[in-house]
Amino acid sequence: MNLMDLTAVELGKKIKAGEVSVVEAATAAMDAIEAREEAYHCYVTICNREEVLKQAEEVQKLIGDGTLTGPLAGVPVAIKDNMCTKGTLTTCSSRILNNFVPTYTSEAVINLEKAGAVIIGKTNMDEFAMGSTTETSYYGPTKNPWNPDHVPGGSSGGSAAAVAAGECSYALGSDTGGSIRQPASFCGVVGMKPTYGTVSRYGLIAYGSSLDQIGPMAKDVTDCATILETIASYDPKDSTSVKREDYDFTSALVDDVKGMKIGIPRDYLGEGLDPEVKDAILSAAKVLEEKGAIVEEFDLSLVEYAIPAYYVIASAEASSNLARFEGVKYGYRTPEYEGLHNMFKKTRSEGFGPEVKRRIMLGSFVLSSGYYDAYYLKALRTKALIKQAFDKAFAQYDVILGPAAPTTAPKLGDSLSDPIKMYLGDIYTISVNLAGLPGICVPCGVDSKGLPIGLQLIGDCFKEKNILRAAYTYEQNRDFAMCDLSGKEDK
Amino acid sequence: MANVISDETIEYVGILAKLELSEEEKEQAKKDMANMLDYIDTLNELDTSGVEPMSHVFPINNVFREDVVTNGDDREEILSNAPESKDGAFVVPKTFD
Repeated sequence: MNLMDLTAVELGKKIKAGEVSVVEAATAAMDAIEAREEAYHCYVTICNREEVLKQAEEVQKLIGDGTLTGPLAGVPVAIKDNMCTKGTLTTCSSRILNNFVPTYTSEAVINLEKAGAVIIGKTNMDEFAMGSTTETSYYGPTKNPWNPDHVPGGSSGGSAAAVAAGECSYALGSDTGGSIRQPASFCGVVGMKPTYGTVSRYGLIAYGSSLDQIGPMAKDVTDCATILETIASYDPKDSTSVKREDYDFTSALVDDVKGMKIGIPRDYLGEGLDPEVKDAILSAAKVLEEKGAIVEEFDLSLVEYAIPAYYVIASAEASSNLARFEGVKYGYRTPEYEGLHNMFKKTRSEGFGPEVKRRIMLGSFVLSSGYYDAYYLKALRTKALIKQAFDKAFAQYDVILGPAAPTTAPKLGDSLSDPIKMYLGDIYTISVNLAGLPGICVPCGVDSKGLPIGLQLIGDCFKEKNILRAAYTYEQNRDFAMCDLSGKEDK
Repeated sequence: MANVISDETIEYVGILAKLELSEEEKEQAKKDMANMLDYIDTLNELDTSGVEPMSHVFPINNVFREDVVTNGDDREEILSNAPESKDGAFVVPKTFD
């Protein structure tokens, strides 16, 4: 039995039962990294093996004396490199943070540590989470474990690939415009973006603060619900944290969708959608229909306006959030400069990559005097309309079903040359962030190239349970067992 | 309507964004920004008159707390991340004569 083929919850059970030790689990994860990292490059930082094993021993003691009893105790986890981890390099895959060692740990990661998680490394991502392929990382691209000639998606591409390749038992990602769900789709894993405000953003290096949300990436829906239950918390240190009535997500893992109303936006099935993806999505809808869900198509409207509105809002927030990187408090500073302003400018110009600069400039422009109303406020008004369209849809449906991405994973090098074309790939995920909704991506097939296809289920705000129940039911009843690479030669 | 970004605009955006671009980067940035603005201009097809701008999907209120120090003294750790520090402070280039 390969421990890395188990889901996080399965491994946690074996640890709890004493069948597997925490050190054995951590060793399996570190061995898997050693064997596969050269091929896939999922990590920016791999934690020191001795320190990981020391951490594992400590967790084992706490399990032994009954302090740690949760389902994830002792299970090895990878963290996206935009979440601060005290004492461990946190780069955001940027040159400008190439030597940044945080003095504190992000709240979501603290919640995992309290539950006995063993952190094994920091995963690669698009620089500052800006990108859809993980190719904008300063530290080189991550490869898709299903086919290393293809991208893993992004921006949480390292986390998705690490889960798919068995280089961790589960991972945390972050999602600003689809950055958990799209790489989950491309790598054949399950990824979930919770309702905005559910997981604390404290310690998450900000990109678009009104859109950013941390979430789980794992092998199955049960893992996702379990991880979300662990990381979700009300946190006064995040002023947009929401005190929810209900933090119990695992009770939604029920194989039953009888009477559940599921809407498929016709706008999500039109031009630009790969026919193989469309077939897989509609077959998945059939599975839920056969289980008693009421499935129908409807018009969501405004879908084509989500991407332009997003790029105005996200870039505006990024231009403000990334002002803190100036070579004074942390990170990279240019070696040669004349005076303060020249130091700022040279540091930032050398420290940021092209996509980050592109968005900072766009953001600075749309916020500048004379353009603020025409661009920024216009985008915020559009956002209000998009939210209304979803409110209308959720008055009729419990769950919205569609693809996570219009295609399967593109080849490495094919996306970055045309930014707008790359941005269009986010068409099914981005509006979910604008409206603050929860969304989950579950594998629903493989295309003729052998690359995974993802099904996206979207719920109303705070209705994670609806999408978890639908996702779980689908997972239990689809005609393939699990989208994993266990049978593949190279693993 | 196709947007054209002038040299002055890209210069001004460079000042706002605190970025120094090479001539080549400037030309590319002018093109990229014009393309993005053309795309963003599709929002003008939407009638948004009378719609309130929505910055957050939930009502967000200020979160207040008592003004009590809760974190420890980690000045040394914090300064160890700085490119240059001296006597417990960040060092920056001379800002005025």
